[in-house]
Amino acid sequence: MPAIEAHHLYKVFGRKGREGVKRLEAGAGTDELKDAGLTPAVIDASFTVEEGEIFVVMGLSGSGKSTLIRMINGLHAPTSGHVELYGENITAATGKDLRRLRRKRISMVFQHFALFPHRSVIDNAAYGLETQGVGKEERRARAHEALELCGLSGWDEHLPSELSGGMQQRVGLARALAADTDILLMDEAFSALDPLIRRDMQDQLIELQQKLGKTILFITHDLNEAMRIGDRIAMMRNGRIVQVGTAEEILTDPANDYVAQFVADVDRTRVLTAASVMEKPAAVLGAEQGPRAAHKLMREHQIPAMFVTGRDRTLKGYVTEDEVGRHLEQKDLTGLLHPVPDGARVSPDTSLADLFGPAAETPAIAVVDDAGRLNGVVPRITLLSALAAHAETDVADAPVTADHENKDDETKEAARA
Amino acid sequence: MPESAAPVTIVPPIPIGTWLETGFTWFKQTFDALFDVIGDLITGAINGIADPLLALDPLVLAIILALLGWLLRNWKLGVGTLVGLVLIIGMDMWEPAVETLALVVVATVVALILGIPLGILAARSPVVSRIVKPVMDFMQTMPGMVWLLPVLKLFSIGVAGALVATVIFALPPAVRLTELGIRQVDGEVVEAGQAFGAGPRQILKDIQLPLALPTVMAGVNQVIMLALSMAVIAGLVGGGGLGNEVVGAISTLNLARGFDAGISVVILAIFLDRLTASIGSRRPGHGRLRELRDRFTRTPATATSAS
Repeated sequence: MPAIEAHHLYKVFGRKGREGVKRLEAGAGTDELKDAGLTPAVIDASFTVEEGEIFVVMGLSGSGKSTLIRMINGLHAPTSGHVELYGENITAATGKDLRRLRRKRISMVFQHFALFPHRSVIDNAAYGLETQGVGKEERRARAHEALELCGLSGWDEHLPSELSGGMQQRVGLARALAADTDILLMDEAFSALDPLIRRDMQDQLIELQQKLGKTILFITHDLNEAMRIGDRIAMMRNGRIVQVGTAEEILTDPANDYVAQFVADVDRTRVLTAASVMEKPAAVLGAEQGPRAAHKLMREHQIPAMFVTGRDRTLKGYVTEDEVGRHLEQKDLTGLLHPVPDGARVSPDTSLADLFGPAAETPAIAVVDDAGRLNGVVPRITLLSALAAHAETDVADAPVTADHENKDDETKEAARA
Repeated sequence: MPESAAPVTIVPPIPIGTWLETGFTWFKQTFDALFDVIGDLITGAINGIADPLLALDPLVLAIILALLGWLLRNWKLGVGTLVGLVLIIGMDMWEPAVETLALVVVATVVALILGIPLGILAARSPVVSRIVKPVMDFMQTMPGMVWLLPVLKLFSIGVAGALVATVIFALPPAVRLTELGIRQVDGEVVEAGQAFGAGPRQILKDIQLPLALPTVMAGVNQVIMLALSMAVIAGLVGGGGLGNEVVGAISTLNLARGFDAGISVVILAIFLDRLTASIGSRRPGHGRLRELRDRFTRTPATATSAS
């Protein structure tokens, strides 16, 4: 069962929000509603977050992401649509039910920490357990554990104001972790921190997630942050979710110009993986074939060397044209087959940044899966053109014409359908 | 021309005061018995505080109050209190001063019991806030002495009427600053409480009130100051205490007595102001009372844990 399901969420601020939703559904634009004194913050947002996933909602300020996250735990009531947590409708829940759901299912980390300034660090961290009705001894023990997990041992009895910003946010994280809910909401949790501390916290979050298996819904306006920590990313613009996908999908196949322009500045080498740029090998030799076949193939494709695989496509090694040419009379490839050096064989999810080293040593890198099968090759030239693709997109996107806009909308429609 | 002809105007006479009086008279006749009971209760409460205090030797009470000042703030306030109170004793104003103190204490307690919950309600409900605001404006800007009139009619001469007038005059800051204090609490912090599944009452008790405390205490301080100033004016309707002395001094043109009473009011005011201001500004858990308590409780605690 998915951890979070958002069904057609709308949030329209203003006196007649419902009417605004109807008009939006009928195809009215944001500007039309604004003229009527309504402010659509979130428009028809639907998505699903699987258990154990880090799902990032990414958008600039004013794109509605903070409103969206507050509808997930019921701090804001949607104007239309509803949210389910593990199949339970939190939007319809009120009073006691709502509080029970929040205690059990979902905790939150806030952008400006939102710690209780009058409580010690440990009492802050224990707050979720306090509302759950856990006894003092136990909740302090568990809060202490959570603080330790976040690297804050020894600060239990201090007040939050005595801590630095990064440490305060660790307290915020510890407070959410100590509550031991299934889902963690993080509202721009690292945005108020210095870049170096932010990197640190991101790493720590990924590590914690792997250790604890929490489902995390993370909101950010920082694309690099989104790409770094997100299993999947939802791109938001003017209240609408314009694309949902993995970092790679968004980079390589942006849904519209907006997304494309947005991702133009991303360091692609860190996001793209070998699998996304690898090619089908131009020619692969079966291990049972002889030097003559090998020689012919290499001449045909004008390549100086080629990979050799077994029947089950496991990578056996490579042969070079020179050597094969000198031993054309041999029946098989014995003695000619060289093992592929470790540096030149990579797994499909190796990032491009890690391919440059091997590429300097060898003209083509073999991409091999866990079972040892050859999935594809990354010739040096492909690696370079993958980077150049970045520059091309820029040029192509520069003039945004009416045509582009229309196409844009079509894609959106398609994405929604 | 001494003749007082009606001025020529097209505005018809609007006797709001007369209407109010008519309504008020009906009100008084209907609830007369109730006000008798309330009056008795108030008089009883004030005497219940003033009598035991007056039964103590003045110097002993002065020393107790000085100790209180030292405990809640610092030794300077302690010494200052002692000097000031001895001065009051020396001016022969001790008894009226204690009566005034009792009146102020009861008025403050009543004002807070009414005002703080009202402020909380106003902070949570925009409707209540919108109603309360003009009422508070009205209460606060109406000249204090005007309140003496209806009160005099309801309770006749005596300390009960003085107290009610004092409460009316001193109530607004309690309501306003409580509302302000709660509204000023960072919205994200309140959201954090909600997000972790706290109910409205828990949020009020654990988050909003503690964080609003400095502002609420500033309100309490204001209430006390206003109560003191009104308690003196209430001498006009038989409120007793220093107000009585002042009124007496005015009617007999006794300058010396007037200043004795006035200086006593000032001393009381400074004492009460410093005392209550220190409560609001102190960080939780750092009071001298707490310090003392810790000193007495920690020793046995460490002893048991060591054994």
